Amino acid sequence: MKTNENFSPEHLRYIRGKKLNGFFITSARLFLIVFIVAIWEIAADIGLIDSFLMSSPSRIVKTIGELISGGDLYGHVATTLYETVMGFLIATIVGNAFALLMWWSESFKKIIEPYLIVLNSLPKIALGPIIIVWFGSGAKSIIFMAFLVTVIVTTITMSNAFSATEAGKIMLLKSMGGTKLQILFKLVLPSSVPTFISSLKINVGMAWIGSIIGEYLSSKEGIGYLIVYGGQVFKLDLVMASTVILCILAGLMYAFVAILERVLLKQR
Amino acid sequence: MNEILKLDGVGLTYHTETAEIHAIEDVSLDIAKGEFVAIIGPSGCGKTSILSIISGLLKPSRGKVYFNGKELVKPDNSIAYMLQRDELFPWRTIEKNAYLPLEIMRVKDAKRKTDVERLLKKYGLWEFRKSYPERLSGGMRQRAALIRTLASSPELLLLDEPFSALDYQTRLEVCDDVYSIIKSEKKTALLVTHDISEAIAMADRIIVLTRRPTKILNMHLIDTDKSISPLKRRESPDFGKWFERIWRELNNENK
Repeated sequence: MKTNENFSPEHLRYIRGKKLNGFFITSARLFLIVFIVAIWEIAADIGLIDSFLMSSPSRIVKTIGELISGGDLYGHVATTLYETVMGFLIATIVGNAFALLMWWSESFKKIIEPYLIVLNSLPKIALGPIIIVWFGSGAKSIIFMAFLVTVIVTTITMSNAFSATEAGKIMLLKSMGGTKLQILFKLVLPSSVPTFISSLKINVGMAWIGSIIGEYLSSKEGIGYLIVYGGQVFKLDLVMASTVILCILAGLMYAFVAILERVLLKQR
Repeated sequence: MNEILKLDGVGLTYHTETAEIHAIEDVSLDIAKGEFVAIIGPSGCGKTSILSIISGLLKPSRGKVYFNGKELVKPDNSIAYMLQRDELFPWRTIEKNAYLPLEIMRVKDAKRKTDVERLLKKYGLWEFRKSYPERLSGGMRQRAALIRTLASSPELLLLDEPFSALDYQTRLEVCDDVYSIIKSEKKTALLVTHDISEAIAMADRIIVLTRRPTKILNMHLIDTDKSISPLKRRESPDFGKWFERIWRELNNENK
């Protein structure tokens, strides 16, 4: 690769074109959100849409402001965040542990596979009532829901990744007299790191689905609770404001995993 | 006695749900220390299975394998296997890839590490030792794979079509490389290939196998000058003669 400054004019044009394109994409992205917010606000202002039903950006901002100044927001955010992160972490650990067992023992894998497939296609929300009976109507139920939504997909994804380890590389280690444990640590785990990270990214989204569903079913606190409550009392501003907060939280958690991705890939 | 490997009536039968397959009928052969032997045969004749048996990965159904006079029952640290593809681990640098056998065999000490360093230096990979495999060309990757194969200072190298994944130009080049490395490190090598020219260009002796169930069809001592490179050997007048003979044999076998 050329790294000095003696680029040909053609190459400079190419670089400039690339930069311009990047600038265009970023501005178009910003424009899109500003445009939507502006149209929404104007439509609400001139009465084109009913701001009682549709809310409006300014009312959303005002509601968020009230939530913050009222001191309620912190508790709701903390509750949902705690439930989601716990569900996410437990599901990731348990899912990976199961996937490892399935890699270690082919028989175990064969025995458990049909159950996983059935559980995977089952809409987890169907288990809601059972979960509430078992774990009560608090955070425990919601964490379990987040766990349940996430764990099956993690197990299946990681189990597939472990079994997809290249046969030639396994053979190579075996020809060196490698033990199963060495094959696991020197080959199977490092080669599954990219899948592990993409599974974390998927899990973030799954855990949010689980925790919000859980809060819909039964809760006294949390973002999901705010949304359901807002809907029931027709405070659409509250529903919209909570959804915006949810977007921000989910985005932040995803960004955190993306940072983790960079760290993990470097250390592999 | 300078015999390093001996196969005594080795046979292999394996089972699938629908059939019992006699892959190898009976293969007996001796390989002397320092010899370069090529095994050639029709496709699907179990050439690779023979290497797997010698490497200890596969148990023969019949017969015995002796390595340095001792019966071989599990992978031996003095036998190294080089596969069709380089199988370098993309998350390890070239250097770390070369150390892999030492880690697996738990013999990674200063002396062995120095030895690997010597190989990297001698065979032009020293400046790439901190690079990841993706940065290297196919030919260099295969050379790195050979250095990894040599890292544990094996006496016998098993080469399973190690050039088949490379393009023709690189193939001739790497073939020369590998040959000169194996000769200058004074290793014994057993090469499995389906490429007749490659076998003639590299080997001291060629073993031609029959179709399944596999037996030894014929054995040829290639009496060309061993000091010249495989590429040069391809130009010698005898080359065509050998090619013709072995090609005919294989062709009859394929009918």
